[in-house]
This record gives sequence, C-alpha cells and structure tokens, in this order.
Amino acid sequence: MADCLAKGEIPEILFWVGCAGSFDDRAKKITKAVVKILNKCKIDFAVLGTEENCTGDPAKRAGNEFTFQMQAMMNIQVLDAYEVKNIVTACPHCFNTLKNEYSDLGGNYNVIHHSQLIQSLINDGKLQIEDKSVFKGKKITFHDPCYLGRANDVYDAPREMIIKLDAELIEMKRCRSKGLFCGAGGAQMFKEAEPGKKEVNIERTEDALETKPDFIATGCPFCNTMMTDGIKNAEKEDTVKVLDVAELIANAADL
Amino acid sequence: MIECLIFAVFSFACLGYFSKNILKIKRNISLGRKLDRSDKKAERLKTMLLVAFGQKKMFSRPLPAVLHFCLYVAFMITSLELLEIFADGLSGNHRLFRSSLGSFYTFIVSFIEVLSVLALIATFAFLSRRNLLKIPRFQMSEMKGWPKLDGNLILFIEIILVSFIFTMNGADEVLYNNGHAHGSSTAGSYNFAVSQHLGPLLFDSFSNSQLHVLERIGWWGHIVLVLLFLNYLPYSKHFHILLAFPNTYYSNLEKKGKFSNMESVTNEVKLMMDPTADPYAVPAEPVAEPQSFGAKDVTDLTWKNLMDAYTCTECGRCTSSCPANITGKLLSPRKVMMDTRDRLEELGDYKQKNGKDASDGKSLLGDYISEEELWACTSCNACVDECPVNIDPLSIIIDLRRYLVMEQSKVPSELAGMLTNIENNGAPWQFSPTDRLNWANED
Repeated sequence: MADCLAKGEIPEILFWVGCAGSFDDRAKKITKAVVKILNKCKIDFAVLGTEENCTGDPAKRAGNEFTFQMQAMMNIQVLDAYEVKNIVTACPHCFNTLKNEYSDLGGNYNVIHHSQLIQSLINDGKLQIEDKSVFKGKKITFHDPCYLGRANDVYDAPREMIIKLDAELIEMKRCRSKGLFCGAGGAQMFKEAEPGKKEVNIERTEDALETKPDFIATGCPFCNTMMTDGIKNAEKEDTVKVLDVAELIANAADL
Repeated sequence: MIECLIFAVFSFACLGYFSKNILKIKRNISLGRKLDRSDKKAERLKTMLLVAFGQKKMFSRPLPAVLHFCLYVAFMITSLELLEIFADGLSGNHRLFRSSLGSFYTFIVSFIEVLSVLALIATFAFLSRRNLLKIPRFQMSEMKGWPKLDGNLILFIEIILVSFIFTMNGADEVLYNNGHAHGSSTAGSYNFAVSQHLGPLLFDSFSNSQLHVLERIGWWGHIVLVLLFLNYLPYSKHFHILLAFPNTYYSNLEKKGKFSNMESVTNEVKLMMDPTADPYAVPAEPVAEPQSFGAKDVTDLTWKNLMDAYTCTECGRCTSSCPANITGKLLSPRKVMMDTRDRLEELGDYKQKNGKDASDGKSLLGDYISEEELWACTSCNACVDECPVNIDPLSIIIDLRRYLVMEQSKVPSELAGMLTNIENNGAPWQFSPTDRLNWANED
C-alpha cells in the first residue's frame, strides 16, 4: 500500500490478509490462493503488509474492549490515511469486525468476504474455471464459518462456487444457520477448552465425515485449522482434504 | 343476581392482582440500563408479526411447532369466547351473542371446539415428550424442581380447562335436546361441531336438574380457571405468551456478529490517542456518573436483557444447539436466562422492601453464573439464532465477560498471553510485525 501511495496510486481494493493468513503456515496457502485469483482477474489490489495490525476481534470476544478499540482506532487511522474504500478479506472474523464494528468508531468501508468476491468474478465471467475435471463428481461438503454465516448471513456465495466446480455439494445434517461451529471463535482458538466430554472440532468433524466427503471446504482459516485437526484425530488425512474455497477455485482454474 | 355479583367481585380481584404483578415486572425490567430501540418501527413490526404472531422460528423443528401451533391458535381464538363469558357473567344472560350472530356463532364455537380437541392432543403429546420420552433438553440440571413442575402444571391446567369447556357445551347441548334450553322450550341442537356428539354420549343419562348443575360447573370452572391461570402467568415461564410480542418487537436488528460498542471506552481511547488532549482538563459537558465496565449484576444489563429473561419459556433450543453444551461443557444459555430472571426477582423484591439503593451483597456474576460457564462460550450465535422469541443470551455473556476482564482482570492465562501479543505485536501470536509480509516471498 505504501508503495502505491509513493506512486500516487490508490488501488481499487485492499486485501486484508489477517493474522492467520500472514503467520499461520496453513493459512498462508489460502492467502496465496486468493492472491493468485486476484492477479488472474487483473484486480487492482494492494495489501498493507507490515502496516496491517490485528483487527482486535479476539480481544473484543474475550471481553477486553480497551484492547479492541485501541487496535480498531490504529487500523482506522492507517486505512483512512490510504483512503481505503473497499476491503476484501479471507477471514470471516476480520470480515465481521471490519464490516460491522468499525463503523461505530468512525471507520466506514465496503467490506466483502473473499467468497463473495470470487463468486462475483465468476458470475461476471472474469474468472473461468478452466479445468472442471479436477473436482468433477467429487463430494464436497461445506462447513459454515459462524462469523460468515450466522453472524452475517452469507451462506450462498461459497456454495455457488462449489456447484460451479461441477462437484457434488453434500450438506451436513447441521448446516447453514443450524451449522455447528468449529471450536475456534470467541477467542477459544487461543485457550484450552473448559472441561467437558468432547472437543467441539471432533464433534463437527464427525458431522462432516458422515457425508463421506472427498473434500471439506470452508471459508475461514480458523475453521480450516480446527477441521484439519479433527481429520487428523479421526486418522482420515489420507482420504479427506480440508481446503478453503479459494484453494478449490485456484486448483480448478489451474493457477 | 348474586351470581353476577360474585362474578364481578371475583373478576375484579383477579384482574387487580394480575395488574399488581405486571407492574412489579415492569418495575424490575426498568432496573436495567438504558438502550434505545425506538428506531425502524416498520421493520420491528414486521419482525413481531413474523416471529411472534407467525411463529416463524418455531418451524425449524416441525413436530413441536405444529403441536405448539395448535395450542397457540386455540388460546388466541378461545380468548374470543371469554368475551361472551364476561358479558354473560356480568349481565346474567346465557349465550348472549348467539341470537345476534346466528350461524356465525355456531361456526365460531365449533371452531373453538375443534381447536380445543387439537390442543388437547397437543397437550398429551407435550406431557409425554416431557415425562415419558425424556427429551434431553428437558432433563438438564437447570430443569430440576420448580421449572419441571411449572412445565407440567401448565399442561395439566390446559387439560382441565378443555374438560370444563366440553362439560359446559355438552351439558348445554343435552339440555337443548331435552327441550330445557335457556329461554326456550323447543327441543333442538346447537349444532356445535364436537359437543353435539360428545354431549349426548357423556351426559344422556343425567336428569335435567343435574345437567343444569353440570353446565354451571363447566361455565364457572372455565372462567375461574382462566382467571387463576392469568394470575399464575407472572410466576411462570408461561409469561412468554404475553412478552413474546414486545420482546420480538424490540429485537436486535443488527447483524448478529456485531457486538455492542462501549461508548465509555471510546472516550478513554480517544483521549489516549490524541497527543493534544489534556488529561486533567475539566470535561466540556458534565459527565454522567461513572459506570463500571461490563456487567456484574442484573442492574448493569440493559432493560432488553431483562425483558429477555422474563420472556424465556425454558424450551432449551438454545442449549441444545450450543456447541459448548453439546460437548459437555458447563455452559447452558437457557440457564443464563433463568439465572438472570431469578436474580432480578430476588433483587427486585429486596429493593422493594429495603429501598431503591439497597444492596443485598449478592450478584449475578459469581452467585448465579460462574466464570467457567462464561469462558466456555464460543460466541457462535447459535443460541441467538435458535430462540423462537429472539432472546439474546450472548450479549449477557459478553457483558459479564467484560466485567471479569476489565474490572477484575480475571482472564484465563492463555488469553492474557493472547491479549499481550495483540498489544505488543499486533497479532494474537508472538510473531514480529515485520514478518507480516513474509508469505509473499515464500514459495
């Protein structure tokens, strides 16, 4: 972004990478898949790079409003300095916070989730699925990230993408607004669970495995981690792959 | 004449006592913090019509939804019959509206009778779901004792109520068959859908004087039970039949992922981030009394949280969809709502006796809801989405968490580390912010 400013350009859209997408080895692959798609479609985008900062989402969910608002105010100053209008992110937590919770603090942006952007690119014909054979007839089940689905009512964009791949979309018994959550949100990602009889991600992975999928698709780096752990726990990592919707598309479009 | 007088006095007493309890609940709800929900009137009305009148959210579980719908419609329509009962009771007439309404009257009473039969079937189904099938969400620890009895009592009252209706209409029908109807000596039939068959079947062997007594027992039993039931409501989870309407009207219309912004914090943060700010300056406008951050007791919650608590009918859909509860954690969103209501009742009574500013030294956080429950919440909004009357347990949980974190600094140690990382490194993990763009240069 700083480079763009030096050249006097204002990119059309900012790609908010998020902490997971920047630091987590698994999530970095999702970040790269999104970048490949954006480049392929010649989208004029930029990232904040080292100037990006945590949105404050986990602090807010953990009840620490101070830390959240400090983060939010700093981010708003950076975003406004670069005159950012549009933001796309691959993390539903960043998506929810930037979209819904920054406006009360003076940050107003048009924020979309990467699944919404990719879907519109496909619909507009800007992105072609070149190799439909990759996923043709494969069984894919979609796990709804809670901060994308229930929190923001985005259910259809990721599903329509899977259908475009000619894959067989199989719903779990708990799906859409009734979806069970993965176990990571509400700052749970960063702590051990309270005592109970089971871990949430194991329960959710069982839901997914009931559909006998070839792939479990999701739209959130944290869901991805939790489901991948669940698959490892079930010793199914050879037969079932957990992929982000962006990775599905990038694979099929042969990027 | 004496009958009319007894009726008038009894009704007046019951309505009076009911009003007193309603005022008490209103007073308790207004102990909550201010919250403005006076906007978007059209959208609010629509939400109320869909969710409360139309019972939209019930239908995600079709079987109980259909059964509940029978009871709901029967209740709504039978309320019409109460109009006539009141008119008859106060004027000493019998079936006052029949002559003027004619065949429409027959239709309406028939409709009520059919619905009453459906309601009876639903009641038996509900009783067996609670007591024989042992549906898990009715067997949890917060449902022991009064809540369990309360759930069953309502259903038993419903059975007795329907029995009284059919005793009244059935005995009346046989009297009419025998040519002993009120104010008419010709034999005939009321042609009500159910009682024209049920009446002769049950009461054919009774004498006319016995039938008169039966009819009166049915009539009085019905109205006495209705008035007593009305007064039972404020003590029961069944209060939802009234509060469901305002509670859905005042629903949160924002996206569920949006958590409330704390204005008090915003002012502090702005002050901290403004290099020109003078921290010792006298505020330009007089500031309100300093509030604690988050909620410790019910009085720190908003009035909508408190209305939610009184609206909860303890159906447990929230808890049965809660990922924490499903996997055996202590948290139950239903218990959060029941605790809030119980604590509010306790504190409300205490303040009533000892004055507005009195404190009994107890609080919702700690005495009712434990830290372990609060930290088990994943903030996934499943409970909020499930609730058929738009109750929001999550906002109470988050407010209690805020108090723990910001007033008491009680944070689980891993989360304390996460928060420090955000403050120092701008990420929840201990990575250097300068490494943020490394992904772009890796293969």
